[in-house]
Amino acid sequence: MEQYLIYNTLSYPILTVLVCVPIFGAIITLAIRGDRNLKIWGMLVTLLTAVLSLPLYSSFDLTTAKYQFAEFSDWIPFVNIDYVLGVDGISVLLVLLTTLVMPLCILCSWTYIQERFKEFICVLLLMEASMIGVFISLNTVLFFIFWEAMLVPMYLIIAVWGGPRKDYASIKFFLYTLIGSIFLFVAIIALYVTTGTFFIPELMTHHYSFSYQMWIFWAFTLAFAIKVPMWPLHTWLPAAHVEAPTAGSVILASILLKMGGYGFLRFCLPMVPGATVYCMPYLIALSLMSIIFGGYLALGQTDIKRLIAYSSVGHMGFVTLGIFLLNDAGIKGAILQMINHGITTGALFICVGIIYERTHSREISDNSALGMMMPIYVTFLVIFSLSSLAFPGTNSFVGEFLVLVSSFSKYKVVGGFAVIGAILAAAYMLRLVQKMVWADSDGHIHHGEKPHLSDLNFRETATLAFLAIFVFWIGFHPAPFLKVMDASTTHLLEQLESGMNVLPAGHGEPHAILNGVGESIKNLLALK
Amino acid sequence: MALYLPELTLLFMALVFFFASLGNLKESRLRHLGLLLSAVAVIASVYSYGLKGSLFFDAYRVDAFSQLFKVIITFGLFIVIYLGEGLYGIDNTLRPEYYLFLTISAFGLVSMSSAVELITIIICLEISSFALFIIIPFRKQGAYREQMEAGIKYALFGVAASGITLYGMSYIFGMTHTTYLADLMKIIPGVILEKPLLLIGLVMLLCGFFYKLALFPMHFWAPDVYEGAANETSSFVATLPKVAAVALLIRLISLAGAEAGQFTWVLMIFAVLSMTFGNLSALVQTDLKRLLAYSSIAHAGYLMIGLLCTSELGYLSGIYYITGYLFMNLACFFVIYHLAPQGENISFDDLKGLYKRSPLMALTLAVSAFGMAGIPPTIGFTGKLFIFTAAIKKDMYGLVILAVINTGIAIFYYLKMVRAAYTSVDEQVSPLNLRVSTSVLGIFFIVIIILLGIFPQGFIDFAKEAVAAII
Repeated sequence: MEQYLIYNTLSYPILTVLVCVPIFGAIITLAIRGDRNLKIWGMLVTLLTAVLSLPLYSSFDLTTAKYQFAEFSDWIPFVNIDYVLGVDGISVLLVLLTTLVMPLCILCSWTYIQERFKEFICVLLLMEASMIGVFISLNTVLFFIFWEAMLVPMYLIIAVWGGPRKDYASIKFFLYTLIGSIFLFVAIIALYVTTGTFFIPELMTHHYSFSYQMWIFWAFTLAFAIKVPMWPLHTWLPAAHVEAPTAGSVILASILLKMGGYGFLRFCLPMVPGATVYCMPYLIALSLMSIIFGGYLALGQTDIKRLIAYSSVGHMGFVTLGIFLLNDAGIKGAILQMINHGITTGALFICVGIIYERTHSREISDNSALGMMMPIYVTFLVIFSLSSLAFPGTNSFVGEFLVLVSSFSKYKVVGGFAVIGAILAAAYMLRLVQKMVWADSDGHIHHGEKPHLSDLNFRETATLAFLAIFVFWIGFHPAPFLKVMDASTTHLLEQLESGMNVLPAGHGEPHAILNGVGESIKNLLALK
Repeated sequence: MALYLPELTLLFMALVFFFASLGNLKESRLRHLGLLLSAVAVIASVYSYGLKGSLFFDAYRVDAFSQLFKVIITFGLFIVIYLGEGLYGIDNTLRPEYYLFLTISAFGLVSMSSAVELITIIICLEISSFALFIIIPFRKQGAYREQMEAGIKYALFGVAASGITLYGMSYIFGMTHTTYLADLMKIIPGVILEKPLLLIGLVMLLCGFFYKLALFPMHFWAPDVYEGAANETSSFVATLPKVAAVALLIRLISLAGAEAGQFTWVLMIFAVLSMTFGNLSALVQTDLKRLLAYSSIAHAGYLMIGLLCTSELGYLSGIYYITGYLFMNLACFFVIYHLAPQGENISFDDLKGLYKRSPLMALTLAVSAFGMAGIPPTIGFTGKLFIFTAAIKKDMYGLVILAVINTGIAIFYYLKMVRAAYTSVDEQVSPLNLRVSTSVLGIFFIVIIILLGIFPQGFIDFAKEAVAAII
């Protein structure tokens, strides 16, 4: 074990605590009465979790790719299932993202949720526990338990507190994700039967035959591609986003989608490197489709939430693109892009929730010309919209830039297509901002036509300001975040390298096509 | 004496209810009596756990395997009596008789888990079945008479199944000249690959237990009987006979040895057809008990996957799964029972707004439905994990993939149950007033379904010891 793990040396078992605090918080919630007390309790528990998670950043050892803060104990010895937790450079930022976003979810539900507050806080806390669990599990069964357990609270969040079509959206969400993960389940068991272990770092060290790798790879990929979601499996996302309450949308966008990307990095790349390299061109093609389709569909939406949902498909396309470029800048860019998307899109959904509470409509046309009435609101809206379209100086710019640079350096044609996505993002976000803030090109609001809308109160300002800090922090000074991933990314690429030797002859053909298309386009353009 | 203690307590219990049926006791008295005596039976089973020995000319063996099943069955009986508070569905004049035959059936099942000789097995099987033939039509006369149809169907199918079993036994006896399982175990593995007749005999022998388990091709009775019988009767029929059937199936399948050849194939086909047929039919049901019947056919298929692996892990997972299934199914019936104070059948429409009427009931239903669907961290998930692991260890990838696709189909109707319970209704709904004792049972179901799912090791240790006793 020691070659993979660095045991926790903090004064408390930090990872177990991060899972248990929300669970116990959720159980205690059942005994609390009064909406106000429940809100405060929910806030306390999530804040406590957030504070307890901070040492993950401050005590993180940047020099090693081992799993840190690890905990180990027997669990079901007769099939060799252990309770192993740990984080490395890939997961630690996602854990922190989860713990820091959750208090904001409580804040943005403060007045949005009108009924069944007790149950709401309870499922929100259970959700937090299982999401953290997914990122810190180092055992495939434990991972799968958290991965699936999370479906239930999320289903309830949409089904009980959702919008008018909640029934349809919640069941679609549940079925899509579940059907994706049943094959993940088979793959996990198959790996166990082959290797005799469920321990993730050990599974990475085994070498499997190429055909076996392909089976495992596609079983994993189906599950993760649905979660990300990758075109053409994305159709559950807009439905779920539109119907979910604000907190649900924020969780979905900020954290749930990241699990797909995390899964690719944790399972596909290191465990079945041969199949990953072999299938890379197809996944790059799917990622490009996501980027372009997501952006194109977002362009046609009139519902703000739906627009942002489709933009998520595009942004997550950048994440999978970065991952499957299989080089240092691409993977780092992908991880950073996951964090950025969590911050920016989460914030945008909070913005939508805020305006929905005031006008009870999510149509762009009903929420136009807000600039005069809600100056603070539109300031934040513009900041996050610019961040979403990857404006230089904001967080998304760094991530997208890294992904684009690495795609141009590897396959020019891929970079060329990806840029279209970036342009589309600018088009739909600027159009959204223009309509919501100014509405008419003359910039005047026609008084008397609309009821008075109050600007943000302190709670809402604080929620958005907290996220805005990160927009600029990562935008101007991404180095601390990139440094965290450094050792782990390098290690991941080494693992990939070692898996190249199982590739069958002729595997380079799809790569050659990618390169060939790029060359011929270049020749076309460079006609002289 | 100590070896036979669980059975004796059940016989005593039957005797008490026999005398009670002569007198005129109040329902609550009867229930308390039933609870007390079945609790004694549980204690007797627990006490006799760990004893070893054989009775009746070695036809009846007491070992860790049988005693574990006795504990599970008697405990199940206790819960069935506990949840049938008030016996809403049973004709008022027949209440003592209801308890009497319930006990006799449980006695048959308990004996079945110890029977190691073919004639003894058939006698135990019949004792448990005949008692059930009688209580299924005990349902209160309402606007419907389905209970009569259900009773007839259960009896006819049961008799037919016993006939097939006996016929299979005649083949086996004819070819091996023994009825003792211990002797069969020495003979069969050597010849099963060469003599197809023995294989046919063995499959026919199993039919009687397929019938109890409601496995394809002996499943036809399940939907009608579940629907026609009173809710509390269904909760018994749906759970305890299956536990005993699993015990016998493990004993009988292990006769074939680790390399069963064609035998595995036959069971595999039954398992796949059972899962697929059960799940697809369940999708379109509106009556909750009918839905549970089809779901139980599907679960019998999953279970069979574990058993047909003929490995230690396979049997272990079978025992674990059926125990989990017992609790999850009883939890569903518990909700159904308390939603129908007149003993009527429950459909999806009756579930609407349940989470407003009684959050605890809705949660119990949700936990058991998610458990049966195999969502972690419930007992249903862990059971499936073990079963699929056992199957993949035998390289049965195709079977496992068919099974997980079935799990995917099944989630749809389980989710439909949860969805119905958590649908908000516009009109005002009357809250369900649950007694404290009822709520306690609900909480017990939730806790045990989750806890046994997260910490299976303790139970597995017992099951391991049990399996070690027979192979």
